[in-house]
Amino acid sequence: MNLKLHVWRQSGPNDAGAMKEYVAKNVNPHMSFLEMLDVVNEELQSKGEEAIAFDHDCREGICGMCSMVINGLPHGGHRGVTTCQLHMRHFNDGDEIWIEPWRAKAFPVIKDLVVDRSAFDRIIQKGGFVSVNTGGAPDANALPIPKKEADQAFEAAACIGCGACVAACKNGSAMLFVGAKASHLGHTPQGDVERFDRARAMTMQMDAEGFGTCSNLSQCEAVCPKTISVKVIAELNRDLLKAQFKGK
Amino acid sequence: MKLDSKTPSGPIEQRWTKHKFDLKLVNPANKRKYRVLVVGTGLAGSSAAASLAELGYQVDAFCFQDSPRRAHSIAAQGGINAAKNYRNDGDSVFRLFYDTVKGGEWRARESNVYRLAEVSVNIIDQCVAQGVPFAREYGGLLDNRSFGGAQVSRTFYAQGQTGQQLLIGAYQALSRQVGLGAVKLHARHEMLELVVIDGRARGIITRDLVTGKIESHVADAVVLASGGYGNVFYLSTNAKGCNVTATYRAYRKGAGFGNPCYTQIHPTCIPVSGDYQSKLTLMSESLRNDGRVWVPKAKGDARAPAQIPDAERDYILERKYPSYGNLAPRDVSSRAAKEACDAGKGVGPGGRGVYLDFADAIKRLGPNKIGERYGNLFSMYQTITGDSPYEKPMRIYPAVHYTMGGLWVDYNLESTIPGLFVIGEANFSDHGANRLGASALMQGLADGYFVLPYTLGNYLATAKAPKVDESHPEFKKAADESTAKLKKLLGIKGKRTVDSFHRELGLLMWEKCGMARNAKGLNELIQQIPALREEFWKNLNVPGSDGNLNLALEKAGRVADFMEFAELMARDALDRDESCGGHFREEHQDEEGECVRNDDKYMNVSVWEYAGDGQAPKKNVEPLSFEYVHPAKRSYK
Repeated sequence: MNLKLHVWRQSGPNDAGAMKEYVAKNVNPHMSFLEMLDVVNEELQSKGEEAIAFDHDCREGICGMCSMVINGLPHGGHRGVTTCQLHMRHFNDGDEIWIEPWRAKAFPVIKDLVVDRSAFDRIIQKGGFVSVNTGGAPDANALPIPKKEADQAFEAAACIGCGACVAACKNGSAMLFVGAKASHLGHTPQGDVERFDRARAMTMQMDAEGFGTCSNLSQCEAVCPKTISVKVIAELNRDLLKAQFKGK
Repeated sequence: MKLDSKTPSGPIEQRWTKHKFDLKLVNPANKRKYRVLVVGTGLAGSSAAASLAELGYQVDAFCFQDSPRRAHSIAAQGGINAAKNYRNDGDSVFRLFYDTVKGGEWRARESNVYRLAEVSVNIIDQCVAQGVPFAREYGGLLDNRSFGGAQVSRTFYAQGQTGQQLLIGAYQALSRQVGLGAVKLHARHEMLELVVIDGRARGIITRDLVTGKIESHVADAVVLASGGYGNVFYLSTNAKGCNVTATYRAYRKGAGFGNPCYTQIHPTCIPVSGDYQSKLTLMSESLRNDGRVWVPKAKGDARAPAQIPDAERDYILERKYPSYGNLAPRDVSSRAAKEACDAGKGVGPGGRGVYLDFADAIKRLGPNKIGERYGNLFSMYQTITGDSPYEKPMRIYPAVHYTMGGLWVDYNLESTIPGLFVIGEANFSDHGANRLGASALMQGLADGYFVLPYTLGNYLATAKAPKVDESHPEFKKAADESTAKLKKLLGIKGKRTVDSFHRELGLLMWEKCGMARNAKGLNELIQQIPALREEFWKNLNVPGSDGNLNLALEKAGRVADFMEFAELMARDALDRDESCGGHFREEHQDEEGECVRNDDKYMNVSVWEYAGDGQAPKKNVEPLSFEYVHPAKRSYK
């Protein structure tokens, strides 16, 4: 099939940027979306033009590096997949596709479709951990964890830190990302110890980075490639409220 | 090149304890005076950087990705081994040690492997303390599953994303140290060169991938945790960015490269679907707990799998290896799949595939239980292929997955360059000629959490090297060379893209240095690689500049190193005139197609020494001896 692409091109952080048109020819339905772009890029480069810059690495939906808004939806809007797992069989011959970077104040564009997500790392650095040093841990089975709790921790820990939640939110809020970390650690007894300090510290950093607030519209859950539920935001809010009462 | 393995003597179960006591310590007040650079932030790098910072050293951590959490350890699916014996099924440190030595076909150092098995139990404790959500049973205790090459269930897991959960644990530990100011993080930075001064590793040259700035970083020790070189084949299960540059640059500066020919071909990957393919996706080995591998008995049988009755199916692994069945080790299982496809029994387009069938397990346990075990792997398969494994067997084929070779290190994980330590997949490691499933995560974390923090201190306490800074001529020289190389790549202005060269190199390697190798093919390869390399340097086209984010330029630098490294790999494969583990030389097989080793000549590590451009590298040998696990025919029948 042949496709018409409208791609955001921006040569650097200070460049204004604009949509540019390209044609993707002979696209095979088994290709992934990124492989389709690879083919376009090969053609651009063989003409001596610079390739469309986009972040990608594992290409199997787990590293969280790929980050594109496709036709207005982060990762293309298919439930539970990242851009690298989106296959061209979902498109038809003659389709027009609009491709943009994550758009959020806290994720400035570096080039084309590549954005700076280091704000996420700084949030984790403020409290997204259990304060335990290497060595001296008790036997792993010393403390049983109910399967239900462990499963809930796992569901939240499935977050790959891609930032689709932020890109989808009209406020550019990172509440799903922060909530996922709070919920992951909060559902383990090891993480429970610091839960209130963690909730406060991560949320304050989130605000400082310029992420917006949450309006409970759940668009983040709809686009999350790991289908993380907005209930993690409720859990985070509960921790924040309790933290106030506890004077944290 | 002097190869002193520094292996302690005495009973094997006491060696690490004794060695730890013999290692010199650095007192807490002095630790903060030392700077250590850690290149790579996967399981090995993140765990090492966090642990060293906790001890008090100044640490700088580098990764080429936008965040340390993206390192490719994240993609490991199945699990991590540990000799906990929580299942009461006869496991022990000694059994894990035994299985690993045997699994690697007696090509690893016994003392190292024993230590790995010994600390494996601490890793699980550490990870649980960090909040890693391993799978649990209803009683609240940890669950286990089985992996290839073992008859006990010792694999801990978190659905099909164990790597992600372990890496997030290590990343959180690292992030905590960054937050405390003990680690300085350099994301989107790539190491281009190692700086050696007076015979010691004293720093690295990096490129800031966003601004293009070439930077010098001075240190008292350098740790490479930069992963494996599977992408020399272009198509592999590795992430697109995985590369050999850090280790290959160190090799050129004098670090010995151990057993580069040992590569692991993983039996269960989604087959190649077209020539646009950019990477291969692994389907976890854990699937072989419940999946059965089969092909039609008749050649060219094109019926749908459900139409082929049981009597007309060949369950290849169960037939050939009745005692391990579908859980035969990776090298053995891959070869069985290739053999069936070579005999014309392969399934799917091009006949390069075998079935991995869950029908019996679904009948026995129900779809819910199977979904609980493998849900995310099944949906991953369906996303890529469009087929549901609940209804139709998966179609799989072997693909390059892991590299057992790497920079040679002694018992202290120190390379032949004093002050240069190598951990995780980047070193030549404890896996010998074949790695068992769920052992890569174990080794990465063992090195980073529990070995390096001890051995690195000993180096710093005894080295007493004078202070140097960025103004040293060696730094200037290395930085100038790195800049010149980038300019050269940009200046060729030829006709071909980086990827077209990388693909061509990969195809050559897969055909002649892949799952099966022979002297004729390898000799041809050693002629073909330099010719391709010459064309690369004449006809490459890299658009853009070196002053900003330029993905083609990054790739070009990595492929330039692969072009040289590939030749080293081919030479090693030719030189090792035997079959062992992942290294299968067609000349050396028995009547059933199993490996035939030559212990008299090759019970050793081949350590290659750089001899200058255009010169054949020099081979050095570390002999291996086995006091506890006696070499025998490696049988899984």
